[in-house]
Amino acid sequence: MTPSAQDLLVVEALAKRFTLHLHGGADLPVVANVDFRVGRGECVVLGGPSGAGKSSILKIVYGNYGCDAGRILLADGGRVLDIAGAHPHEVILARRRTMGYVSQFLRVIPRVSSLDIVAAAARDAGLGAAEAKARAAALLQRLNLPERLWSLPPATFSGGEQQRVNIARGFAGEHALLILDEPTASLDAGNREAVIALIGERRAQGAGFLAIFHDDDVRARLADRIVDVSRFAPREAA
Amino acid sequence: MSERAYNFAYLDEQTKRMIRRAILKAVAIPGYQVPFASREMPMPYGWGTGGVQVTAAILGPDDVLKVIDQGADDTTNAVSIRAFFARTADVATTTDTREATIIQTRHRVPETSLTENQILVYQVPIPEPLRFLEPRETETRTMHALAEYGVMHVKLYEDISRHGHIATAYAYPARVAGRYIMDPSPIPKFDNPKLDNCPALQLFGAGREKRIYAVPPYTKVVSLDFEDHPFERTKFEAACEFCGARDSYLDEVVTDDRGGRMFVCSDTDYCEKRQAAQSRKAAE
Amino acid sequence: MSAPLLVARGLGKRFGAVTACRDIGFELEEGEALAIVGESGSGKTTLLHMIAGLMTPDSGEVRYRLRDGAMRDLATLSEAERRALMRTDWGFVHQDAARGLRMNVSAGGNIGERLMALGDRHYGRIRQSAAQWLERVEIPIGRLDDSPATYSGGMRQRLQIARNLVTAPRLVFMDEPTGGLDVSVQARLLDLIRTLISEMGLAVVLVTHDLSVARLLSNRILVMKQGEVIESGLTDRVLDDPRAPYTQLLVSSVLAA
Repeated sequence: MTPSAQDLLVVEALAKRFTLHLHGGADLPVVANVDFRVGRGECVVLGGPSGAGKSSILKIVYGNYGCDAGRILLADGGRVLDIAGAHPHEVILARRRTMGYVSQFLRVIPRVSSLDIVAAAARDAGLGAAEAKARAAALLQRLNLPERLWSLPPATFSGGEQQRVNIARGFAGEHALLILDEPTASLDAGNREAVIALIGERRAQGAGFLAIFHDDDVRARLADRIVDVSRFAPREAA
Repeated sequence: MSERAYNFAYLDEQTKRMIRRAILKAVAIPGYQVPFASREMPMPYGWGTGGVQVTAAILGPDDVLKVIDQGADDTTNAVSIRAFFARTADVATTTDTREATIIQTRHRVPETSLTENQILVYQVPIPEPLRFLEPRETETRTMHALAEYGVMHVKLYEDISRHGHIATAYAYPARVAGRYIMDPSPIPKFDNPKLDNCPALQLFGAGREKRIYAVPPYTKVVSLDFEDHPFERTKFEAACEFCGARDSYLDEVVTDDRGGRMFVCSDTDYCEKRQAAQSRKAAE
Repeated sequence: MSAPLLVARGLGKRFGAVTACRDIGFELEEGEALAIVGESGSGKTTLLHMIAGLMTPDSGEVRYRLRDGAMRDLATLSEAERRALMRTDWGFVHQDAARGLRMNVSAGGNIGERLMALGDRHYGRIRQSAAQWLERVEIPIGRLDDSPATYSGGMRQRLQIARNLVTAPRLVFMDEPTGGLDVSVQARLLDLIRTLISEMGLAVVLVTHDLSVARLLSNRILVMKQGEVIESGLTDRVLDDPRAPYTQLLVSSVLAA
């Protein structure tokens, strides 16, 4: 598969296994022969039973997990970058400019206020300090995070509040490709709507999404295509 | 006393040659501290052995020697050192600055301007201006070699932050010929401007620390300062009680136990000359 | 892409029969933070000292891109050039702040020293710069004239950082910058370091035995054991998906609070 002009991401022949050296070298295959693509303005959802490797695929695409075979072709700036073989430096740049990631849970850094967490992501995307703060405030507002929480570090927030900070951070940049791992799992209906609207807006602007949605309704409303990852279950050697 | 128990000016000729070589190097590199093999002298360290060795090395039978201590010819140390050279060199001595060809001094520069025929020899306790902030000799040598003098201004910065002004009142650091920074010995900063462009050769001897340095005649000597805290000469509010001088460095003398005090010139020769001139004028 | 900021190749060092470092190489770009992690005896501190020009390698070379764009082999720098680099374009944050500070000089004097070394001769401006930096590292401005001997450990470390950053260096070396500090003090300090790295676009080479510090501050990591690089790559990749047996051991050994 060669990437077309409309492709943001082309994954081909991807394979991943864990080797647990601490358990006597136990071998844990995760996925094999993963093939799919994500185009501009498209929301591609990974579906399938839990434990099938959906989350792992997202992490491999982002470079958070390594892979054992295959290619992860990202349209980064004017060129195509294979995340699978890229130098760490290039992945760092790609994450800053092109590819964003929203995890399922916020990884909490002590003492940084929620506004600063989001503003920092905006600054990484190149915004000045004042602009970044303004954008951060706008996003938190959009996601209905009460203003009194903006100056507080999220460590003591509820799961839903933390996740909204996490989402705001993910959307604070101008990434062409956003990877979302169950972003709405801990949110109530109202906040889910806010996230759906946010995603819809970005998609209309040409951003692409690679996502896992736990909620059937959300999935139905956002997915342009669903890729069933049970297709990629590793086959045991004969 | 039997004749010639000592070599001329006490030191043997080889030692004098060694010291003169050090002096030549010092003159060739103004402000640079030249190590020399300081000898055991018949006075303890801290009593001017460096100055005495320099004087002994350059003294000739036709020289006229003046020795002052804090500006005075008649204090114990000045008297002792003058007597030392009178005995070991049989050289003419004087208290008159204008008559002297070599002036050895502790902690003052004479008020009377010096001439090209004169050499001023300073007694130096600690030659290293960086020592107070950097105790390692290896490091200070490297700093001088690379002209890394930022730390000197740190010292002045500290003064201003603590006292509101540069509080260093003596041994005020100065840059020589735009290159090396030297400690001019514990002369009051009042005297620093006299080192600049001086017609006389200025030699500095530190016996205990074993260093000699020099400021050749007509060399630029600039005291360190900040743009917004420029070097200022000390001003006295009084005049000399004896001669009325307003432009010389004054010593404060306590006269009674009720807080009475008077100010007199520290340079005794300068003061006496002025007094003599005034009585002559009065007699006319 | 512009040339890398720092290139290390084939670095090796032996102390008698002990090989402290064997054939270590990496490239560092501007604005990248590299953590070198390992346990005691891994050679990480030796490696840091070789990269910072504080120790001569037995083999290999380290090249650095000066501000004028020229790529220089550190071994060919004169003493004067190396010291000038240390004062301007580089910073070194020691684990023990007292080693990186003048303890008998006020905080203002400590921060202002680099400026004065570079020829700044205006007391008022120097003091103002020092005051601004004191605020930036969150030390109360009233402590400007105090000596760091009167500071707490965390404050000394922050002062050391200010002293290093006042000349906007492009590369900062850090040796266990939070070692020995109380946990809450560490958290605040790591925060500050993280913010400054981001705001100033600093490149950092950081030695630590603490994986959480590595995760927080760095985007790339080298895992060392007995003088060799066991695994390297993106920090989050190496810590979340460790491949080498030793790395897996290291990662699994971290106790969660």
